[in-house]
Amino acid sequence: MFQIVRKQEMAKGTIIRFDISAPKIAKKVKPGQFIILRVNETGERIPLTVADKDSFAGIITIIFQVVGKTTALMRSLNTGDMIKDVVGPLGKAAEIEKTGTVVMVGGGTGVAILHHVAKAYHEAGNYVIGIIGAQNMDMLILENEMNNICDELIITTDDGSYGEQGFVTGPLKTYLQERYDIKLVYAIGPIIMMKNICKLTKKFKIPTIVSLNPIMIDGTGMCGGCRVKIGNETKFACVDGPDFDGHKVDYDELENRNSIYLKDEKDSLLFSIR
Amino acid sequence: MFDQDVKYLKFKTLINTYCPHCHNSFNVEKKEEKSIIFKAKYKGQEIDLKLSPYLDVFDVETSVPVKEGDELDDVLCPKCNKSIINKTVKCGECGSKVGEVLISALSKLMPFYICTKFGCEWHGLTKADERKLKLKIPRQDMPEQDQKLRVSNYQEVPYGYTGELALLEAGRCLQCKDPQCVKGCPVNIDIPNFIALIAEEKFDAAAKKIKERNVLPSICGRVCPQEDQCEKYCIVGKKDKPVAIGRLERFVADYERKMDLVKVPIINKETGKRIAVIGSGPAGLTVAADMRQRGYGVTIFEALHETGGVLTYGIPEFRLPKSIVQFEINYLKNMGCRIETNHVIGPLLTIEELLENFDSVFIGVGAGLPVFMNIEGENLGNVFSANEYLTRMNLMKAYKFPEYDTPMPHGNKVAVIGGGNVAMDCARSAKRAGSDEVTIIYRRSRHELPARGEEVHHAGEEGIIFKLLNNPVKYIGTDNNRIKAIECIKMELGEPDKSGRRRPIPIEGSNFTVECDLAIVAIGNGPNPILFNSTPNLKLNKWGYIEVNPETNETSIKNVYAGGDIVTGSATVILAMGAGRIAANAMHKKLSSMKKK
Repeated sequence: MFQIVRKQEMAKGTIIRFDISAPKIAKKVKPGQFIILRVNETGERIPLTVADKDSFAGIITIIFQVVGKTTALMRSLNTGDMIKDVVGPLGKAAEIEKTGTVVMVGGGTGVAILHHVAKAYHEAGNYVIGIIGAQNMDMLILENEMNNICDELIITTDDGSYGEQGFVTGPLKTYLQERYDIKLVYAIGPIIMMKNICKLTKKFKIPTIVSLNPIMIDGTGMCGGCRVKIGNETKFACVDGPDFDGHKVDYDELENRNSIYLKDEKDSLLFSIR
Repeated sequence: MFDQDVKYLKFKTLINTYCPHCHNSFNVEKKEEKSIIFKAKYKGQEIDLKLSPYLDVFDVETSVPVKEGDELDDVLCPKCNKSIINKTVKCGECGSKVGEVLISALSKLMPFYICTKFGCEWHGLTKADERKLKLKIPRQDMPEQDQKLRVSNYQEVPYGYTGELALLEAGRCLQCKDPQCVKGCPVNIDIPNFIALIAEEKFDAAAKKIKERNVLPSICGRVCPQEDQCEKYCIVGKKDKPVAIGRLERFVADYERKMDLVKVPIINKETGKRIAVIGSGPAGLTVAADMRQRGYGVTIFEALHETGGVLTYGIPEFRLPKSIVQFEINYLKNMGCRIETNHVIGPLLTIEELLENFDSVFIGVGAGLPVFMNIEGENLGNVFSANEYLTRMNLMKAYKFPEYDTPMPHGNKVAVIGGGNVAMDCARSAKRAGSDEVTIIYRRSRHELPARGEEVHHAGEEGIIFKLLNNPVKYIGTDNNRIKAIECIKMELGEPDKSGRRRPIPIEGSNFTVECDLAIVAIGNGPNPILFNSTPNLKLNKWGYIEVNPETNETSIKNVYAGGDIVTGSATVILAMGAGRIAANAMHKKLSSMKKK
């Protein structure tokens, strides 16, 4: 059993932050790695990337958006409540080196994961440009945290209620056109966002890393549910990823595979409400 | 005396006796009273001799009193007046001369001997005849759930033997002096002895006998491929079907559990040394039990949230009820083994770190990386690895969706690729999940199917279609990228390959399509590298499995042992247990010869 030591509601309660006591995991987890949790006996296993950690206090932070049955159930938990199973750290850690100028792009809850990686890039001595986006002002998360670690930070909202109006690809394009010292783009967010970013960076021949979020069960390479096509090869996101060369990822296939259970997810949510 | 000689006959009913010369019956029935009547000669006079026709009641009446300890001079047939004394056979007890009658046993006439000495109650068959008789008992089938009923539930299919069936089946064992069956068992269970105990109705003792060698009998009795192991070598099997050793094993283990006779074994004095076991599957559980019993502190690390490894996530409920797996694991807990779930060794703790806290480490992580064929369309929606399909169904209980949150893969027409036990499990699970049509596509013929005979049989009964000698070449998708068909090619069998099975060869131009809306790839598993990534000094063989010293199962790292599928590649529960035993013995030998830290 793993205790939630702090719960924080963000973005009007649609995005939630949990600090979970998991000392062994906190000691080992690196930016880019994820955990799998199961809330209770009848729960499903869902992967969540670790957004932050405190090795000394033995705490890991996860941030999730309420989208289905399990995340709705998690929202109903409070500080002091228990999560039945937390397993990790899983996946390969992001490869962080000092490369110079890097652009970190995040959309929606992707910003949560981006923050952990961006922090590592910042600590490694890189010049970090952050571009974070959200649907609207209320949905924007971690602005202050990103501000602390980014040398430049651009904010976009789809409706223009805050920052620049439009998608994250807008400012990214400007940067790519204006700056010649960008060595790397790191993108985390909705599949369509990562797909468009990669289209753009491919044109500018800038290496791009994306963090993928396919459906998983065990997260240890056993089920193969998370397989993604990278170039001509099939890879398992849980053990070979979740970070991949963004230019090689087959985003349409990923989108397809992630939509297999849409109907079931709805049924499950309805069942739990009833 | 009789009881021990022909006990297995279990004749509570009367026997029919016949004269060996004229074949007239000795049995006489007068009103309610039944008896066997002979003429006898005693001290020169002719007397009548009346015996009870019930074999387990030895009543003798004579027309003239006969002194205890006296032998009859002669015994005659009342019809043909010929002597029925057989001079070549002597009483098994007192060595006196015996009378021979014929009895009708299992539709065959067979000589049966009765001692002529008064007070000696010996009567029975010769050893050779007993053997012949045993061969006449057919192999007993287990009662099963009706096939129409079982495809709509997840309960276990065979109910297991009843006590009576077990006694009958145990009676078939010849109790060979040099038992071949034991040699066929990877953990060398004392098979004749445990069967003898069953025949004596000492079911509990029989279970304890098995447990001397095998800590998981109720699991092995269900999932071992006995036809390739113990039962393959059974002498009875040369002429008839072999003794159902697996079913008997299952029976006594279930008996012990149901009657609440399971006792925690005596644990040796604590050695103060500690063992880490990685993986709670059959190999790991065996090492844990063996080492705990010898007084070592044992901690089992399991990556999933549930213990049991393949027994839990892989083998379906209807073949191995999870309550049994959990019972066996509780047994280990009661012995004092510690179990840590949610521990992925490698990323969370490395082997090096484990060695700092433990004297020995055993790796029993299994072969859990699903293999795909790398053909077109394999990543389409609703194409699953068997691992994912079974993990969803068994570990996550997706068949109870939405009560359980994990969704179940849907399909009306299901195709399962492969012919092993896993393929059968997938196919039969899909049938239970409500699929109309389930097809197994296998590239060789029925003869080469690697699954247990019983599983193939059950699958057939449940209406699973076998498309044999076919191999998929391509998965065809719908517009929204869900599978709609599999393109297959027909195969023929060529020369045997290294495994001794005939190599399948594609027949050019024989392509055809099989419609399906759910495909499950069950063509095997490879080694999962998650542990090796953090342990670069662990030596692997060219297939990526761990290399070990076959005598000790020690790996290239000192004090680190390995066994089961992660060494051999996908194999069976019992082989994994056998490997665990070798490692445990070697560990103990090494640790007990070392001085205490």
